[in-house]
Amino acid sequence: METFLQVLANGLMLGALFAIVSIGLTLIFGIVKVVNFAHGEFLMIGMYLTFVVTGWLGIHPLYTIVIVAPLLFLAGAATQRFIIQPLMSARDDHIQIFATVGLSTALINLALLIFGADIANTPSGGLRTPVEIGPVRVLSGQLFILIAAIALVIGLRLFLQKTQTGRAIRAVAQNRAAAQLMGINVNRIYVLTFGIGAACVGLAATLIAPLYPTSPNIGTYFVLTAFVVVVLGGLGSIGGAFVGAMVIGLIDSFSGFYIGSDLREVAVFGVFLLILILKPSGLFGKSLNLSHVSP
Amino acid sequence: MLTLENIHAGYGATTILQDVSLHVTAGEVVTIVGANGAGKTTTLRTIAGLIRPSSGKITFEGEDITKLSAHETVELGVTLIPEGRQLFSDMTVLENLLMGSYRKAARAAQHDTLDYVLSLFPRVKERLAQNAGSLSGGEQQMVAIARGMMAKPKLLMFDEPSLGLAPIIVQQVFEVIDTIVKTGATVLIVEQNVFHTLKAADRGYVLENGEIVLTDDAEALLSNDHVRQAYLGI
Repeated sequence: METFLQVLANGLMLGALFAIVSIGLTLIFGIVKVVNFAHGEFLMIGMYLTFVVTGWLGIHPLYTIVIVAPLLFLAGAATQRFIIQPLMSARDDHIQIFATVGLSTALINLALLIFGADIANTPSGGLRTPVEIGPVRVLSGQLFILIAAIALVIGLRLFLQKTQTGRAIRAVAQNRAAAQLMGINVNRIYVLTFGIGAACVGLAATLIAPLYPTSPNIGTYFVLTAFVVVVLGGLGSIGGAFVGAMVIGLIDSFSGFYIGSDLREVAVFGVFLLILILKPSGLFGKSLNLSHVSP
Repeated sequence: MLTLENIHAGYGATTILQDVSLHVTAGEVVTIVGANGAGKTTTLRTIAGLIRPSSGKITFEGEDITKLSAHETVELGVTLIPEGRQLFSDMTVLENLLMGSYRKAARAAQHDTLDYVLSLFPRVKERLAQNAGSLSGGEQQMVAIARGMMAKPKLLMFDEPSLGLAPIIVQQVFEVIDTIVKTGATVLIVEQNVFHTLKAADRGYVLENGEIVLTDDAEALLSNDHVRQAYLGI
């Protein structure tokens, strides 16, 4: 029983990690309708920033949130304004996707140029200390990730439901032309949303950097799972991404322990395929109009 | 208040409006009459800033708005209630109405305007918490009109408000428009029900193949032989 609870706790912690990485991605997809293939590299930049700022200022890695998240907001907003937006009028929507793939490659190589291929270890700041909760042990940093992921889901939901700007963001996602007729500057909403999505992954980066070594390729490690989570949860659904992440985390953890650690990914992707066959729009997805991503 | 001078506009390489000139004076109710595809909707969309004219000039209250985007035109007080309602279907009726007063000039008075608009639309008031997409077509049209009024526009434009509605609902929509007209609003309306619209309007323009072929007082148009034959079926 204790082992079972420990495996359960590990799965939830892993799920929280996937959730916090995925929330920004699903937000950007849901509103701007752009699949951001540079999302993992935003995470990577955030982790390097956490590493650098922690070293320079000698502060606890968690405090770097106040610097890293705003910087990532600016990076995201600039990506939308100067890369995606000029391509919005392009006949073929795929061009935007190629642009984010190009950005991803460019950022990885930029990181290689600046930091080299060696890994960078951000000081853990005590976040790798095990904490005992009843019969299970988790790292304090993992708990912070879980709390932050839940807070982020609730916070974004409140923002989107209760504020005028949040409602405007949803209005743009639902009916772009009608939103313009309300006086909403659609391009500005896209820039804002991309910025918020990137800031979310910046927040994730400051929490992940103390636990995982940072390298130029760290983004690709996380982002494949993030895409699975986003599709599983229902493209664009923030709550869905959270639940999807937990499902993936739990399957990963349980199959790794009870079936064999080599077969974890087989189990994860097997369940993923099964859910997609049974419910193509994902766990919480509406039957989305995907005309902008299909040929 | 609103002036269009020699407007040419269309979609891509297709020109629809040819040399369209018209004006709306404050407090007037003006209608554009024409067959399907004549360019009525294009005219309204061009004024709203959704389509940029290839040549010509649009002024609103003396300001050149030819090159403004839709959201900038709304800020100046021009609101279009689009054809096909175009509600935010996954948002509640209340949220739709609140989006209507996104315009800066309307935002401060949001709650007063809401009370006023709901007094005009008792049916809408009963549906505030429902998702807009779950309403019937007639109710959705009422919400679309109410949402347009939430912007406290100086000029309110209607694009085919009765399209696709059952006759009894059409009657209700016209009653609502009549009520709005009686408040002294400035209105530009495009509507397939020519007879009723000309009855409610002060002046009208007849648009054929993208060109204005006739303009006169609404009463005079009602008795005009061409209008009677082509649009009233008399």
